[in-house]
Amino acid sequence: MSLTFRAAVKDRDLDVSLEVPHGRTLGLIGANGSGKSSVLAVLAGLVRADSGTAVLDGEELFSARVWVPPHRRRIGLLAQDSLLFPRMSVVDNVAFGPRSQGLSRPAARAVAQHWLIEVDAADLADRKPSELSGGQQQRVALARALATQPHLLLLDEPLSATDVGMAAMMRQTLRRVLAGRTAVIVTHHVLDAVLLCDRVAVLEAGRVVETGRTEEVFRRPRSDFAASISGLNMVRGVATGPDSLVATDGTVIHGEPDMALTPGDPALAVFRPEAVSVHRSAPGGSPRNQFLGPVTSIEPQAHLVRIQVGDLGADITADSVARLAIDVGESVVLVIKAAEVSLYHG
Amino acid sequence: MNRTPRLDVPSWIFVPAAAGSLFIVLPLLAMLTRVDWADLPALITSPGARTALLLSLKTSTIATLLCLVFGVPMAIILGRSTFRGQDVMRSVVLLPLVLPPVVAGIALLYTFGRRGLLGGSLEAFGIQIAFSTTAVIMAQTFVAMPFLVVSLEGALRSSGQRYEEVAATLGARPTTVLRRVTLPMVLPAVASGAVLSFARALGEFGATITFAGSLQGTTRTLPLEIYLQREVDPDSAIALSMVLVVVAALVISLARRTARPA
Repeated sequence: MSLTFRAAVKDRDLDVSLEVPHGRTLGLIGANGSGKSSVLAVLAGLVRADSGTAVLDGEELFSARVWVPPHRRRIGLLAQDSLLFPRMSVVDNVAFGPRSQGLSRPAARAVAQHWLIEVDAADLADRKPSELSGGQQQRVALARALATQPHLLLLDEPLSATDVGMAAMMRQTLRRVLAGRTAVIVTHHVLDAVLLCDRVAVLEAGRVVETGRTEEVFRRPRSDFAASISGLNMVRGVATGPDSLVATDGTVIHGEPDMALTPGDPALAVFRPEAVSVHRSAPGGSPRNQFLGPVTSIEPQAHLVRIQVGDLGADITADSVARLAIDVGESVVLVIKAAEVSLYHG
Repeated sequence: MNRTPRLDVPSWIFVPAAAGSLFIVLPLLAMLTRVDWADLPALITSPGARTALLLSLKTSTIATLLCLVFGVPMAIILGRSTFRGQDVMRSVVLLPLVLPPVVAGIALLYTFGRRGLLGGSLEAFGIQIAFSTTAVIMAQTFVAMPFLVVSLEGALRSSGQRYEEVAATLGARPTTVLRRVTLPMVLPAVASGAVLSFARALGEFGATITFAGSLQGTTRTLPLEIYLQREVDPDSAIALSMVLVVVAALVISLARRTARPA
């Protein structure tokens, strides 16, 4: 179920080509108005491209000669607003797709119940959308989109309506349902892209300016937009306890998990370069997180100096650099307080 | 209630606004002062009045149903699709709203009357429309239809298409989208449009008398009865007018209630 897509829309100054291999998730990132949502609209069949073509599972969705209307594309769309039908109960909302595909009422309801369980919203089945929180509505909308068994899932800022406390749970749900599914996610959160997307494409003014593996793009951004939102330190590893992981090089990192980690599961540690301090030798006391390595680059930033040690960056003041008298190639110790490290299932 | 603070309007504007309201209320009050309250029950239940009222209610109800059958599709076409000539169609649909009813009556007469455009062919099938109850219903439908179309098209435009788009991505065919998403969403507007159409049909006079005439029991609706009684029995005319005022007041309150979205 792979997707190849190329489309130009003159009105929206859009000219984009993308590819998503079967079962993979592509993140679309970019500033407001860069055309991310337009790409989704063209894919879903809500906006007609002036030229181009899209092929999903070997079937043409549109081209110069072909036009498959939205209801026959089997593409699920989860918009920024949940857009639940206000007069239907939650279960009827989710049953709407299966019903439209010709299932009987009881059969469609059974399918709906299944997907509500899948997104942890089974207890909301009989409520009206107006009685739900933003996060709950988004969950139900996700179940509704999944209930049609779409061949491609489009998610537009799926976490924007979710309050911070619920975001971790929703992210977990998304990770679960996205596994093995072909999907395109619009987001402007680095973390969501890193945790949910295999690859990202960066859009600027309706053009793809950069694509690559998600972490590559954020570690070594080539586009202005990716550079402006990246710069976070990210270390992948395996959870060793509820609040720690061991990186591939053996370093153990402690931090604050958004949800308690399960030992043995893949995990991701994220911390800001400003939270990292640099030392010539291991400092006294026993700070929990230390990385040892040679300095690979020293670059002045706006107010601070970025010390790069392999994949990790530390932002420190020019004074500190002078006091440490460090140079490229010399060994340093990077120290990060556990309270400054966020841990995620990853 | 929505109590957002509002900017003050200039205070002098209340004077012409009050004068305008008075202009509407005063004639109704004047009519009230002339009502013969003692004989009112007898006047509005006289055989002539009863026949006219029943005919009015019957024809207006059927006319309203016809407005729904033809007006809802017209509003959907105007509000939800784009096609060449759409602006022309919109103007044409609105025409009966601004046309003097007597002109509408003449137009109908020269279409469906004995010597009208279609009248001859219809007569060949033994169908005579002019000066029948059917003519009353057609006249009422003609003048009342725009009320439904305008109110529904406005609601369709302001409601946007996002729910319909989602429904389509969920696999719903256009007919399913219309039945399960669009119509439920604009139901309040359909209802208030129908109520307004009913009120317009009930008050229809000019087109009816021109196209259908004034035959008691067949085409003499309440407004026609009032017009005739005005000459011979003013008390009866006033009493019947009161009936229409009460019906109008009911219709307005009903329309206001249904127009509010749930």
